[in-house]
Amino acid sequence: MESKEKLRAPISQKPHVVEKPKDPSYIGGTISIEINEKKLSVPLGTTILEACKEYGIHVPTLCYHEDLCMAGVCRVCVVEVEGMRTLQASCAFPITAPIKIKTSTPMVRKARRHIIDLMLSEHSGECYSCIRNSNCELQKLAKEYGVDHYTFGHVDKPRYEVDNSSYSVIRDMSKCVLCKRCVRTCIDLQEVGVLESLDRGRETHIGTFLDKPLSDVICINCGQCINRCPTAALRANDPSDEIWNAIDDPNKHVVIQTAPSPRAAIGEEFGLPAGTSMTRQMNTALKRIGFDRVFDTNTTADLTIIEEGTELVIRLYKALVKKEQVSLPQFTSCSPGWVKYLEHYYPEYIDNLSSAKSPQQMFGALIKTFYAEKTGIDPANIVSVAVMPCSAKKFECNRPEMNDSGYKDVDYGLTTRELAQMIKEAGIHLPEMPKGDFDSPFGEASGAGLIFGATGGVMEAAIRSIVEFVTGKKAEDVFEKANIIPLRGFDGIKYMEIPIGNEVGTVPDILKHLVPDWNWLKGATLKVAVAHGTANAKKIMDDIKAGGKFSECHFIEFMACPGGCLGGGGQPIPTTPEIRKKRAQAIYAEDESLVVRKSHENPYVIRLYEEFLKEGPCGHKSHKLLHTHYIKRGRYIA
Amino acid sequence: MLVLEKNEMTKEIEQLVNKYGFSRSSLLPILQDIQRKHKAVPDFAQQEVARLLDIHPVEVYSVVSFYSFFNTKQKGKNLVRLCQTITCDLAGKKSVARALEREIGIKFGETTKDNKITLEYVNCLGMCDQGPALLVNERVYSKVTPEKAVQILSEIK
Amino acid sequence: MKKIERKGEVIFSSYKRGEAIHKAISMKREDILFEIRESKLKGRGGAGFPTSTKWMLVSAAQADQKYIVCNADEGEPGTFKDRVLLLEYPELVFDGMVVAAYTIGAKNGIVYLRGEYEYMLNSLEGYLDEMRKDNLLGKNICGKEGFDFDIIIRLGSGAYVCGEETALIESLEGNRGEARNRPPYPVNTGFMGKPTTVNNVETFAVVSHIVIKGGEWYKKLGTDKSTGSKLFSVSGDCDKPGVYELPWGTKISELLEIVGAKNTKAVQVGGASGICIPKSQFDRTLAYEDATTGGSIMIFNEERDLLHVLKNFMEFFVEESCGQCTPCRIGNVKLLEGVEMIEKGKFTFHHINNLKELGKSMQVASKCGLGQSSPNPFISILENFREEIFNGNGGIHGK
Repeated sequence: MESKEKLRAPISQKPHVVEKPKDPSYIGGTISIEINEKKLSVPLGTTILEACKEYGIHVPTLCYHEDLCMAGVCRVCVVEVEGMRTLQASCAFPITAPIKIKTSTPMVRKARRHIIDLMLSEHSGECYSCIRNSNCELQKLAKEYGVDHYTFGHVDKPRYEVDNSSYSVIRDMSKCVLCKRCVRTCIDLQEVGVLESLDRGRETHIGTFLDKPLSDVICINCGQCINRCPTAALRANDPSDEIWNAIDDPNKHVVIQTAPSPRAAIGEEFGLPAGTSMTRQMNTALKRIGFDRVFDTNTTADLTIIEEGTELVIRLYKALVKKEQVSLPQFTSCSPGWVKYLEHYYPEYIDNLSSAKSPQQMFGALIKTFYAEKTGIDPANIVSVAVMPCSAKKFECNRPEMNDSGYKDVDYGLTTRELAQMIKEAGIHLPEMPKGDFDSPFGEASGAGLIFGATGGVMEAAIRSIVEFVTGKKAEDVFEKANIIPLRGFDGIKYMEIPIGNEVGTVPDILKHLVPDWNWLKGATLKVAVAHGTANAKKIMDDIKAGGKFSECHFIEFMACPGGCLGGGGQPIPTTPEIRKKRAQAIYAEDESLVVRKSHENPYVIRLYEEFLKEGPCGHKSHKLLHTHYIKRGRYIA
Repeated sequence: MLVLEKNEMTKEIEQLVNKYGFSRSSLLPILQDIQRKHKAVPDFAQQEVARLLDIHPVEVYSVVSFYSFFNTKQKGKNLVRLCQTITCDLAGKKSVARALEREIGIKFGETTKDNKITLEYVNCLGMCDQGPALLVNERVYSKVTPEKAVQILSEIK
Repeated sequence: MKKIERKGEVIFSSYKRGEAIHKAISMKREDILFEIRESKLKGRGGAGFPTSTKWMLVSAAQADQKYIVCNADEGEPGTFKDRVLLLEYPELVFDGMVVAAYTIGAKNGIVYLRGEYEYMLNSLEGYLDEMRKDNLLGKNICGKEGFDFDIIIRLGSGAYVCGEETALIESLEGNRGEARNRPPYPVNTGFMGKPTTVNNVETFAVVSHIVIKGGEWYKKLGTDKSTGSKLFSVSGDCDKPGVYELPWGTKISELLEIVGAKNTKAVQVGGASGICIPKSQFDRTLAYEDATTGGSIMIFNEERDLLHVLKNFMEFFVEESCGQCTPCRIGNVKLLEGVEMIEKGKFTFHHINNLKELGKSMQVASKCGLGQSSPNPFISILENFREEIFNGNGGIHGK
């Protein structure tokens, strides 16, 4: 009697999408309500909370999050609705009738205070010994409601053991207030499905399958749950103590590479508005902290484009000309969360993943080989740190296969938040730093490498190069200012077709050993797609499995995190669609300000192929250092 | 679990999915059948149910841990549950409980060494007019006295 | 199979199997709704929502599928009337469901039977088979062209909260029994997102009689706001515990008389989530507008320790809260801790008063009926029996 359709979240808790009526005069499109005796008109279906926000009335929230479907479980946002016996959770009450709302009556204030008191009574730990001190939503609520003592007591011992089994995410459930944001993030937003409520009544807690440690279940380390946790129940596995030790050790040569997204967001940790780029200030700060060299990950992002692009050309050539069996579409592999997701959920597609390493790991391999050779430093004494917007990068650098330099290619993955903490600890106020440059021998990178930080960026960077390679035209002549707009923005899935046309260019030198000419691409249409957030990735993968439109694509960019790296699990908290938009604007603005905006024009990359990777892209040496392999992990939890 | 047992379990769950339908709403009936047969919902079974219904294993475990009639670890062959609600309590639950514990030598919440009996408390069995009530597997006994309770236990295998 | 000859003016009056169905299909749907509205029948699970309103909303909802759900998750401590109805009067319940299906245009019915009643499953399934044989279920029921309806039975698995209608629906959908946000209500977005009416076992049984005898007849019984009769599950300290059908408006003292209760100190009306009424208030009436109940009446005599009773209730709620919303999950724990403090004599009146205030917040801020009613015994017992608990004889627990 039931349809095949499966229900992940209860229908009533699916996000309410309220569309503003196109014609405001349309009868029934809006509804008149009263909030605190003020008459207002709102679109039908608006929640009480949204209505209050719209009109500047503050209602406290905790389980509510803009990115997630409604829950209505913490009850802190309750308000009085005339005619109803009980208080209503404003975040979960869609307005469908003309109602009168009161947001601050004695009953409401008392109930909210009681709820906060109850949460505090079960919340273990003290604020001053907490990583989220001064950025905690529970703490904020307690302050807002003037809590000066524990009305209902306070737990004296942690209730649960801390789970620090994972390289990326640490779970301390004694601090959990059961808002279920992590559950909704993991199951609904990301469709990874690691966390759920377990047991019931007072025993209710968030946990994994059979309460196993996080490292033993199918966690992809994306850290999106950390970004949405209101307290410190979820946090990243912080290596900064070890990094300080390395910095303080005179025998160690400590270098750091910085990814594009942290610099677009780290300012938020210092009170700057979202979207304030801090690239050059950060360079100076890093030097002052004591890092010996500061490199730009964008350089290896450019390198990734060359390697991954070449790999695509090889695959296409094999498929179209040599009629060989190859796996297409090719999938990007820069996002370690996505890679692990595929290894677990779609292991049969690991051959579609580009074998090119992520920029972080390429850089790691080069630092302990090329850089070590050039500077004469013993790679054993090099400590290689990567500041990333990402918690999965911590796992990635610990993958056992990532030691092609003969050493652990990248020693530590550091998140934006952790770096901000180190900078503060060093007594530095980042916004006041003078501007500084990146260090040689890698120097400055292109704008193409920079936009890796935003969803669609890898694809845009790749297309800029591929179009120039194949057609011989300038990217600027094909796309206005070389900006490929259809690949930008926050639509979950983006699709684009690029007709090659009948005029092709000459094969550039670095590819000459691979293809004789481009004639075989005459009249072809390159089909590409972009997905961000693993839930969207799942949609594409299921479509490919079913032989749908995306199975005809040639190249697909996947990012595990919503918004791409700029919305990564290591970025400053909070995260909202608005904040992610601002960060993206900062990245695209910086790209447009640069002279070199195409990976293959990056002079340092060109030199790298001339001096070090002499067999060219996808050659023997690059295969050894810049490419990797993957593991069919599957879904079974042992 | 041995491979053979696993295959057997997979087959069994496939049959259950066919019987109740490929839908999340079949989850409880499927788990109930597994529980009835195996006196537990084993780890592997949870993963297989998840796979066949296309949901996540943790979602199955979440449901299993929510309902008190499911358990993941094997219990005794016979489940003996004594109602702990107030009317049964007033009618002499405590003396029945003590008699049971004395007689079979385990406490409530435990299982006998030979795996024959598990003793548990349960909330209201709906026999408040005839308390104390005892639920042995699916069968309900009412107006149980210490002596009668012990006799009931001696009759089960 | 009837063991006891039961007496009552509605439910326990004579009824022939299938009678209500035959009558219903000869009527127009609006006329059935009219009769139910006339009868002023309210939900018998305890919440007391007008049945006709619920049915009208489902009936008016546009959908390709509608569901009738019979809430047989009788979990409230002290309630067992549904057990009696399902074992002894299944014809009333199932006929009522068929009538409901005809009225609102549903094709599928589900009985959500609590797991503790699994022993009834075979006999109920057998009963449904009989109905199918006699064309009381199935296609073109009783020859009514196009009226198709069938009933399946689904078992619960030991969760009191699933008696709450949206938690019940969640459970049917294969989820944890966690109550949903409302609106939207099940009448629009219920089981599988379709319009669904969830009614108590007893409500369906009453409907079968109303259809035959009419709303006018029904509302002659009871009070103005609480029409008709009600099944009361009487347990505790009395000579004749059991299920009684009495008109609404019966005084507590009258009921005590009927069931042979002596030396009664207190009556818990409405189960664990109900209120505890002291001797001085025994002239109160059983009705939605006064002392309301889904059927549970627990009688405690002079020898009973009400603090012990309260502790038992609070332990029950701490365990049975679904755990999703803060007030219910943690609030009940705090109330139980308060009871334990009193028990040990380690309390301050200041704290106990705080807890009473907390209880009031839980009543308004919890997400579903469980947390909204679980503070009832705490507040009512500590209020109504405070002499005994705190002061009497030097305070039996305050020594």
